[in-house]
Amino acid sequence: MHSIRDLRRRIRSVSSTAQITKAMQMVAASKMRKAQQSALAGRPFAYLLYRIQREATTRLGEFSHPLLEKRDVRKRAVILIAADKGLCGALNGNVFRVASRFDLQSTVFITAGRKAAQFVARTGRQLAAKFEYADSPRFSDSAAIAACARDLFLRKEVDQVQVVATRFVNTLTQDPIALDYLPVGAITELKIPGMESEEELKADEAESLFEPNPETVVAYLLSHYLNLYIHQALLDAKASEQSARMVSMKNATDSANHLIHDLSLEYNKQRQGNITKELLEIAGGQTE
Amino acid sequence: MANTLKLEIVTPDATVYSEDVEMVTLEGVEGEMGIYPQHVRLMTQLMPGEMVAQKGGHDDFLAVGEGLVEITNDRVAILTDMAVRAENIDEAKAEEARQRAAARLQEQLSSQDLASVNASLARSLAQLSVKRRHRRP
Repeated sequence: MHSIRDLRRRIRSVSSTAQITKAMQMVAASKMRKAQQSALAGRPFAYLLYRIQREATTRLGEFSHPLLEKRDVRKRAVILIAADKGLCGALNGNVFRVASRFDLQSTVFITAGRKAAQFVARTGRQLAAKFEYADSPRFSDSAAIAACARDLFLRKEVDQVQVVATRFVNTLTQDPIALDYLPVGAITELKIPGMESEEELKADEAESLFEPNPETVVAYLLSHYLNLYIHQALLDAKASEQSARMVSMKNATDSANHLIHDLSLEYNKQRQGNITKELLEIAGGQTE
Repeated sequence: MANTLKLEIVTPDATVYSEDVEMVTLEGVEGEMGIYPQHVRLMTQLMPGEMVAQKGGHDDFLAVGEGLVEITNDRVAILTDMAVRAENIDEAKAEEARQRAAARLQEQLSSQDLASVNASLARSLAQLSVKRRHRRP
Protein backbone atom coordinates (compact mmCIF):
# COMPACT_ATOMS: atom_id res chain seq x y z
CA MET A 1 0.00 0.00 0.00
CA HIS A 2 1.43 3.37 -1.04
CA SER A 3 1.14 6.37 1.17
CA ILE A 4 -0.65 9.42 -0.12
CA ARG A 5 2.64 11.28 -0.46
CA ASP A 6 4.15 8.50 -2.60
CA LEU A 7 1.13 8.50 -4.83
CA ARG A 8 1.30 12.24 -5.35
CA ARG A 9 4.98 12.02 -6.21
CA ARG A 10 4.41 9.22 -8.70
CA ILE A 11 1.57 11.06 -10.41
CA ARG A 12 3.79 14.08 -10.83
CA SER A 13 6.68 12.08 -12.30
CA VAL A 14 4.48 10.07 -14.65
CA SER A 15 2.77 13.18 -15.95
CA SER A 16 6.07 14.88 -16.71
CA THR A 17 7.14 11.75 -18.60
CA ALA A 18 3.86 11.86 -20.48
CA GLN A 19 4.57 15.47 -21.39
CA ILE A 20 7.93 14.56 -22.85
CA THR A 21 6.66 11.57 -24.83
CA LYS A 22 3.77 13.68 -26.09
CA ALA A 23 6.22 16.29 -27.35
CA MET A 24 8.34 13.62 -29.04
CA GLN A 25 5.23 12.16 -30.59
CA MET A 26 4.30 15.52 -32.09
CA VAL A 27 7.80 16.07 -33.46
CA ALA A 28 7.92 12.58 -34.93
CA ALA A 29 4.45 13.01 -36.42
CA SER A 30 5.43 16.10 -38.37
CA LYS A 31 8.74 14.61 -39.51
CA MET A 32 6.93 11.40 -40.35
CA ARG A 33 4.58 13.06 -42.80
CA LYS A 34 7.47 14.58 -44.69
CA ALA A 35 9.56 11.42 -44.63
CA GLN A 36 6.65 9.26 -45.78
CA GLN A 37 5.89 11.63 -48.62
CA SER A 38 9.42 11.59 -49.91
CA ALA A 39 9.71 7.80 -49.58
CA LEU A 40 6.50 7.25 -51.52
CA ALA A 41 7.25 9.96 -54.09
CA GLY A 42 10.62 8.38 -54.81
CA ARG A 43 9.21 4.97 -55.56
CA PRO A 44 7.98 5.36 -59.15
CA PHE A 45 11.43 6.57 -60.15
CA ALA A 46 13.16 3.74 -58.33
CA TYR A 47 10.82 1.14 -59.82
CA LEU A 48 11.26 2.45 -63.35
CA LEU A 49 15.01 2.59 -62.91
CA TYR A 50 14.96 -1.00 -61.70
CA ARG A 51 12.85 -2.06 -64.68
CA ILE A 52 15.24 -0.37 -67.08
CA GLN A 53 18.17 -1.98 -65.28
CA ARG A 54 16.60 -5.43 -65.74
CA GLU A 55 15.71 -4.77 -69.37
CA ALA A 56 19.15 -3.44 -70.13
CA THR A 57 21.21 -6.05 -68.33
CA THR A 58 19.28 -9.04 -69.69
CA ARG A 59 19.53 -7.74 -73.27
CA LEU A 60 23.17 -6.85 -73.35
CA GLY A 61 24.17 -9.62 -75.73
CA GLU A 62 27.90 -10.24 -75.77
CA PHE A 63 28.87 -7.30 -73.66
CA SER A 64 29.31 -7.52 -69.90
CA HIS A 65 30.20 -5.10 -67.15
CA PRO A 66 32.37 -5.70 -64.05
CA LEU A 67 29.48 -4.70 -61.76
CA LEU A 68 27.35 -7.50 -63.22
CA GLU A 69 29.92 -10.22 -62.63
CA LYS A 70 28.67 -13.08 -60.45
CA ARG A 71 31.44 -14.65 -58.37
CA ASP A 72 31.52 -17.40 -55.78
CA VAL A 73 30.77 -15.74 -52.51
CA ARG A 74 33.68 -16.11 -50.14
CA LYS A 75 33.35 -12.75 -48.54
CA ARG A 76 30.38 -10.44 -48.49
CA ALA A 77 29.63 -6.90 -47.41
CA VAL A 78 26.39 -5.80 -45.81
CA ILE A 79 25.16 -2.24 -45.95
CA LEU A 80 23.32 -1.93 -42.67
CA ILE A 81 20.88 0.95 -42.47
CA ALA A 82 19.39 1.83 -39.10
CA ALA A 83 18.37 4.90 -37.15
CA ASP A 84 20.58 7.43 -35.39
CA LYS A 85 18.55 7.27 -32.21
CA GLY A 86 16.51 4.79 -30.29
CA LEU A 87 13.02 5.29 -28.85
CA CYS A 88 11.42 3.90 -31.95
CA GLY A 89 10.07 0.59 -30.74
CA ALA A 90 11.42 -2.62 -32.19
CA LEU A 91 12.63 -0.97 -35.41
CA ASN A 92 16.39 -1.14 -34.84
CA GLY A 93 16.17 -4.49 -33.10
CA ASN A 94 14.35 -6.00 -36.06
CA VAL A 95 17.00 -4.82 -38.51
CA PHE A 96 19.77 -6.11 -36.28
CA ARG A 97 18.10 -9.49 -36.01
CA VAL A 98 18.33 -9.81 -39.80
CA ALA A 99 21.91 -8.52 -39.74
CA SER A 100 23.00 -11.00 -37.08
CA ARG A 101 22.15 -13.92 -39.39
CA PHE A 102 25.23 -13.14 -41.46
CA ASP A 103 28.37 -15.08 -40.75
CA LEU A 104 30.70 -13.30 -38.35
CA GLN A 105 33.97 -14.08 -40.12
CA SER A 106 33.13 -13.60 -43.77
CA THR A 107 31.00 -10.48 -43.53
CA VAL A 108 32.09 -6.86 -43.37
CA PHE A 109 29.63 -4.12 -42.55
CA ILE A 110 29.10 -0.71 -44.05
CA THR A 111 26.81 1.13 -41.70
CA ALA A 112 24.49 4.08 -42.11
CA GLY A 113 23.12 5.60 -38.93
CA ARG A 114 24.69 5.73 -35.48
CA LYS A 115 22.78 2.78 -34.04
CA ALA A 116 23.99 0.54 -36.85
CA ALA A 117 27.63 1.37 -36.11
CA GLN A 118 27.03 0.74 -32.41
CA PHE A 119 25.49 -2.63 -33.16
CA VAL A 120 28.49 -3.69 -35.26
CA ALA A 121 30.93 -2.56 -32.57
CA ARG A 122 28.97 -4.17 -29.73
CA THR A 123 28.66 -7.56 -31.37
CA GLY A 124 32.29 -7.63 -32.49
CA ARG A 125 31.57 -7.69 -36.22
CA GLN A 126 33.89 -6.24 -38.83
CA LEU A 127 33.28 -2.66 -39.82
CA ALA A 128 34.43 -1.46 -43.24
CA ALA A 129 33.06 2.07 -43.12
CA LYS A 130 30.42 4.03 -41.32
CA PHE A 131 28.24 6.79 -42.67
CA GLU A 132 25.61 9.15 -41.38
CA TYR A 133 22.57 10.45 -43.14
CA ALA A 134 20.45 13.50 -42.55
CA ASP A 135 16.79 13.64 -41.62
CA SER A 136 15.97 14.25 -45.24
CA PRO A 137 18.64 12.12 -46.94
CA ARG A 138 20.67 13.93 -49.61
CA PHE A 139 22.00 12.44 -52.80
CA SER A 140 25.54 13.05 -51.59
CA ASP A 141 24.90 10.80 -48.56
CA SER A 142 23.78 7.91 -50.71
CA ALA A 143 26.45 8.49 -53.36
CA ALA A 144 29.18 8.13 -50.72
CA ILE A 145 27.77 4.83 -49.45
CA ALA A 146 27.28 3.49 -52.96
CA ALA A 147 30.83 4.47 -53.95
CA CYS A 148 32.25 2.68 -50.91
CA ALA A 149 30.36 -0.55 -51.66
CA ARG A 150 31.22 -0.39 -55.35
CA ASP A 151 34.93 0.02 -54.60
CA LEU A 152 34.95 -2.99 -52.27
CA PHE A 153 33.24 -5.05 -54.94
CA LEU A 154 35.39 -3.89 -57.84
CA ARG A 155 38.61 -4.41 -55.89
CA LYS A 156 37.32 -7.96 -55.29
CA GLU A 157 37.57 -7.56 -51.54
CA VAL A 158 34.01 -8.79 -51.38
CA ASP A 159 32.09 -10.94 -53.85
CA GLN A 160 28.63 -9.83 -52.94
CA VAL A 161 26.98 -6.82 -51.32
CA GLN A 162 23.62 -6.90 -49.63
CA VAL A 163 21.51 -4.18 -48.11
CA VAL A 164 19.85 -4.76 -44.76
CA ALA A 165 17.33 -2.06 -44.00
CA THR A 166 13.75 -1.33 -43.13
CA ARG A 167 11.20 -1.06 -45.86
CA PHE A 168 8.36 1.32 -45.19
CA VAL A 169 4.90 -0.21 -45.70
CA ASN A 170 2.65 2.07 -43.72
CA THR A 171 2.62 3.95 -40.42
CA LEU A 172 2.04 0.76 -38.44
CA THR A 173 4.10 -1.69 -40.50
CA GLN A 174 7.76 -1.59 -41.41
CA ASP A 175 9.52 -4.68 -42.68
CA PRO A 176 13.17 -5.47 -42.03
CA ILE A 177 14.63 -6.83 -45.29
CA ALA A 178 17.86 -8.09 -46.77
CA LEU A 179 18.21 -7.32 -50.48
CA ASP A 180 20.85 -8.08 -53.09
CA TYR A 181 22.79 -5.01 -54.15
CA LEU A 182 25.91 -6.14 -55.98
CA PRO A 183 26.48 -7.78 -58.39
CA VAL A 184 23.68 -5.94 -60.11
CA GLY A 185 20.88 -8.33 -60.99
CA ALA A 186 17.35 -9.25 -60.09
CA ILE A 187 16.03 -8.35 -56.65
CA THR A 188 13.97 -11.45 -56.04
CA GLU A 189 13.08 -10.62 -52.45
CA LEU A 190 10.99 -7.65 -53.43
CA LYS A 191 7.79 -7.58 -55.41
CA ILE A 192 7.92 -4.55 -57.62
CA PRO A 193 4.64 -3.45 -59.18
CA GLY A 194 4.46 -3.06 -62.95
CA MET A 195 7.45 -5.32 -63.42
CA GLU A 196 7.44 -8.33 -65.71
CA SER A 197 8.45 -11.53 -63.99
CA GLU A 198 11.98 -12.78 -64.51
CA GLU A 199 10.64 -15.64 -66.67
CA GLU A 200 8.88 -13.24 -69.01
CA LEU A 201 12.02 -11.18 -69.19
CA LYS A 202 14.11 -14.20 -70.13
CA ALA A 203 11.52 -15.49 -72.60
CA ASP A 204 11.90 -12.43 -74.82
CA GLU A 205 15.41 -12.81 -76.07
CA ALA A 206 15.51 -9.79 -78.32
CA GLU A 207 18.66 -7.78 -77.81
CA SER A 208 18.45 -4.11 -77.36
CA LEU A 209 20.23 -1.38 -79.28
CA PHE A 210 22.30 1.04 -77.27
CA GLU A 211 23.21 4.53 -78.30
CA PRO A 212 26.02 5.53 -78.49
CA ASN A 213 27.24 2.10 -77.27
CA PRO A 214 26.47 -0.41 -74.51
CA GLU A 215 29.52 0.55 -72.43
CA THR A 216 28.51 4.19 -72.04
CA VAL A 217 24.82 3.59 -71.48
CA VAL A 218 25.30 0.73 -69.03
CA ALA A 219 27.97 2.58 -67.06
CA TYR A 220 25.69 5.60 -66.81
CA LEU A 221 22.69 3.44 -65.93
CA LEU A 222 24.49 1.42 -63.28
CA SER A 223 26.06 4.34 -61.50
CA HIS A 224 22.66 6.03 -61.27
CA TYR A 225 20.99 2.79 -60.32
CA LEU A 226 23.38 2.04 -57.48
CA ASN A 227 23.16 5.56 -56.06
CA LEU A 228 19.41 5.69 -56.29
CA TYR A 229 19.04 2.23 -54.78
CA ILE A 230 20.75 3.44 -51.62
CA HIS A 231 18.91 6.73 -51.72
CA GLN A 232 15.54 5.00 -51.81
CA ALA A 233 16.66 2.65 -49.02
CA LEU A 234 17.60 5.68 -46.91
CA LEU A 235 14.27 7.38 -47.64
CA ASP A 236 12.43 4.22 -46.64
CA ALA A 237 14.52 3.86 -43.50
CA LYS A 238 13.77 7.44 -42.49
CA ALA A 239 10.05 7.07 -43.14
CA SER A 240 10.03 3.85 -41.13
CA GLU A 241 12.00 5.36 -38.29
CA GLN A 242 9.77 8.39 -37.90
CA SER A 243 6.63 6.26 -38.17
CA ALA A 244 7.89 3.76 -35.61
CA ARG A 245 8.91 6.57 -33.28
CA MET A 246 5.57 8.31 -33.65
CA VAL A 247 3.69 5.09 -32.87
CA SER A 248 5.85 4.07 -29.94
CA MET A 249 5.73 7.55 -28.44
CA LYS A 250 1.97 7.57 -28.85
CA ASN A 251 1.80 4.25 -27.03
CA ALA A 252 4.03 5.61 -24.29
CA THR A 253 1.86 8.71 -23.89
CA ASP A 254 -1.29 6.61 -23.83
CA SER A 255 -0.01 4.24 -21.19
CA ALA A 256 1.32 7.12 -19.10
CA ASN A 257 -2.11 8.72 -19.18
CA HIS A 258 -3.64 5.40 -18.26
CA LEU A 259 -1.28 5.12 -15.34
CA ILE A 260 -2.06 8.65 -14.21
CA HIS A 261 -5.73 7.80 -14.30
CA ASP A 262 -5.25 4.69 -12.14
CA LEU A 263 -2.97 6.49 -9.70
CA SER A 264 -5.35 9.42 -9.37
CA LEU A 265 -8.17 7.04 -8.60
CA GLU A 266 -6.12 5.39 -5.90
CA TYR A 267 -4.99 8.77 -4.57
CA ASN A 268 -8.54 10.10 -4.38
CA LYS A 269 -9.76 6.92 -2.74
CA GLN A 270 -7.16 7.23 -0.02
CA ARG A 271 -7.78 10.92 0.42
CA GLN A 272 -11.51 10.28 0.73
CA GLY A 273 -10.78 7.47 3.16
CA ASN A 274 -8.64 9.75 5.31
CA ILE A 275 -11.30 12.44 5.41
CA THR A 276 -13.96 9.93 6.36
CA LYS A 277 -11.71 8.55 9.06
CA GLU A 278 -11.06 12.03 10.46
CA LEU A 279 -14.75 12.89 10.38
CA LEU A 280 -15.57 9.69 12.19
CA GLU A 281 -12.95 10.47 14.80
CA ILE A 282 -14.37 13.97 15.33
CA ALA A 283 -17.92 12.63 15.45
CA GLY A 284 -16.82 9.90 17.83
CA GLY A 285 -15.14 12.48 20.07
CA GLN A 286 -18.31 14.59 20.24
CA THR A 287 -20.63 11.83 21.31
CA GLU A 288 -18.43 10.83 24.20
CA MET B 1 -1.27 -3.53 -83.86
CA ALA B 2 -0.86 -0.68 -81.52
CA ASN B 3 -0.48 2.70 -83.06
CA THR B 4 0.23 4.58 -79.91
CA LEU B 5 3.15 4.68 -77.54
CA LYS B 6 2.89 4.77 -73.80
CA LEU B 7 5.04 7.69 -72.78
CA GLU B 8 6.17 7.77 -69.18
CA ILE B 9 8.32 10.54 -67.80
CA VAL B 10 9.43 10.06 -64.22
CA THR B 11 11.60 12.31 -62.07
CA PRO B 12 12.81 11.59 -58.53
CA ASP B 13 9.96 13.73 -57.19
CA ALA B 14 7.00 12.63 -59.27
CA THR B 15 5.61 11.00 -62.36
CA VAL B 16 5.34 14.01 -64.64
CA TYR B 17 3.76 12.46 -67.68
CA SER B 18 2.02 9.16 -68.29
CA GLU B 19 -0.13 9.06 -71.42
CA ASP B 20 -0.61 7.33 -74.73
CA VAL B 21 0.91 9.43 -77.50
CA GLU B 22 1.41 9.09 -81.24
CA MET B 23 4.95 10.33 -81.50
CA VAL B 24 7.78 11.47 -79.29
CA THR B 25 10.63 13.75 -80.29
CA LEU B 26 13.58 14.02 -77.97
CA GLU B 27 17.23 14.93 -77.78
CA GLY B 28 19.43 11.83 -77.51
CA VAL B 29 23.23 11.73 -77.24
CA GLU B 30 23.50 11.25 -80.98
CA GLY B 31 21.13 14.03 -81.91
CA GLU B 32 17.43 14.56 -82.10
CA MET B 33 15.29 11.52 -82.65
CA GLY B 34 11.64 11.03 -83.51
CA ILE B 35 10.04 7.89 -82.14
CA TYR B 36 6.96 6.28 -83.63
CA PRO B 37 5.21 3.12 -82.41
CA GLN B 38 6.88 -0.18 -83.36
CA HIS B 39 10.30 1.30 -82.78
CA VAL B 40 13.13 -1.15 -82.32
CA ARG B 41 14.20 -1.75 -78.73
CA LEU B 42 16.68 0.97 -77.89
CA MET B 43 18.31 2.46 -74.86
CA THR B 44 20.06 5.79 -74.87
CA GLN B 45 20.97 8.79 -72.81
CA LEU B 46 18.74 11.84 -72.80
CA MET B 47 20.32 15.25 -73.24
CA PRO B 48 18.96 18.33 -71.49
CA GLY B 49 16.68 20.25 -73.79
CA GLU B 50 13.27 20.20 -75.31
CA MET B 51 11.07 17.23 -76.00
CA VAL B 52 7.75 16.99 -77.78
CA ALA B 53 4.91 14.52 -77.32
CA GLN B 54 2.36 14.46 -80.13
CA LYS B 55 -1.05 13.50 -78.90
CA GLY B 56 -4.41 13.70 -80.67
CA GLY B 57 -3.22 16.33 -83.15
CA HIS B 58 -1.60 18.72 -80.70
CA ASP B 59 1.90 18.87 -79.30
CA ASP B 60 2.91 18.85 -75.65
CA PHE B 61 6.25 20.54 -75.12
CA LEU B 62 8.42 19.75 -72.14
CA ALA B 63 11.78 20.89 -70.86
CA VAL B 64 13.83 17.94 -69.61
CA GLY B 65 17.14 17.43 -67.88
CA GLU B 66 19.63 14.66 -68.54
CA GLY B 67 18.60 11.08 -68.04
CA LEU B 68 17.90 7.71 -69.59
CA VAL B 69 15.47 6.69 -72.30
CA GLU B 70 14.17 3.18 -72.77
CA ILE B 71 12.28 2.54 -75.99
CA THR B 72 10.35 -0.62 -76.83
CA ASN B 73 7.78 -1.19 -79.56
CA ASP B 74 4.90 0.21 -77.50
CA ARG B 75 6.55 2.18 -74.74
CA VAL B 76 8.89 5.09 -74.14
CA ALA B 77 10.12 5.37 -70.58
CA ILE B 78 12.14 8.42 -69.63
CA LEU B 79 14.01 8.80 -66.37
CA THR B 80 15.32 12.28 -65.85
CA ASP B 81 16.27 14.63 -63.07
CA MET B 82 13.82 17.26 -64.30
CA ALA B 83 10.76 17.47 -66.53
CA VAL B 84 8.51 20.51 -66.75
CA ARG B 85 5.69 21.18 -69.19
CA ALA B 86 6.26 24.32 -71.22
CA GLU B 87 3.17 26.02 -69.81
CA ASN B 88 4.38 25.40 -66.24
CA ILE B 89 7.83 26.88 -66.64
CA ASP B 90 8.48 29.85 -64.43
CA GLU B 91 10.80 31.98 -66.51
CA ALA B 92 11.91 34.26 -63.69
CA LYS B 93 12.76 31.31 -61.49
CA ALA B 94 14.66 29.53 -64.25
CA GLU B 95 16.61 32.69 -65.05
CA GLU B 96 17.47 33.10 -61.39
CA ALA B 97 18.63 29.48 -61.20
CA ARG B 98 20.73 29.96 -64.32
CA GLN B 99 22.45 33.02 -62.85
CA ARG B 100 23.05 31.26 -59.57
CA ALA B 101 24.62 28.29 -61.33
CA ALA B 102 26.69 30.54 -63.59
CA ALA B 103 27.97 32.44 -60.56
CA ARG B 104 28.96 29.25 -58.78
CA LEU B 105 30.92 28.12 -61.81
CA GLN B 106 33.34 30.99 -61.11
CA GLU B 107 34.26 29.50 -57.73
CA GLN B 108 36.67 26.70 -57.04
CA LEU B 109 34.56 23.55 -57.01
CA SER B 110 35.21 19.90 -56.30
CA SER B 111 34.51 17.64 -59.24
CA GLN B 112 31.32 16.40 -57.60
CA ASP B 113 30.02 19.92 -57.00
CA LEU B 114 31.04 20.91 -60.48
CA ALA B 115 28.95 18.12 -61.97
CA SER B 116 25.90 19.11 -59.98
CA VAL B 117 26.31 22.80 -60.83
CA ASN B 118 26.70 21.96 -64.50
CA ALA B 119 23.60 19.80 -64.36
CA SER B 120 21.54 22.53 -62.77
CA LEU B 121 22.84 25.04 -65.31
CA ALA B 122 21.78 22.70 -68.10
CA ARG B 123 18.36 22.28 -66.51
CA SER B 124 17.69 25.99 -66.25
CA LEU B 125 18.96 26.61 -69.79
CA ALA B 126 16.63 23.89 -71.08
CA GLN B 127 13.68 25.50 -69.35
CA LEU B 128 14.55 28.95 -70.64
CA SER B 129 14.99 27.86 -74.23
CA VAL B 130 11.71 25.96 -74.25
CA LYS B 131 9.89 28.86 -72.65
CA ARG B 132 11.30 31.45 -75.01
CA ARG B 133 10.52 29.42 -78.08
CA HIS B 134 6.91 28.98 -77.08
CA ARG B 135 6.16 32.44 -75.86
CA ARG B 136 2.76 33.57 -77.05
CA PRO B 137 3.13 35.59 -80.25
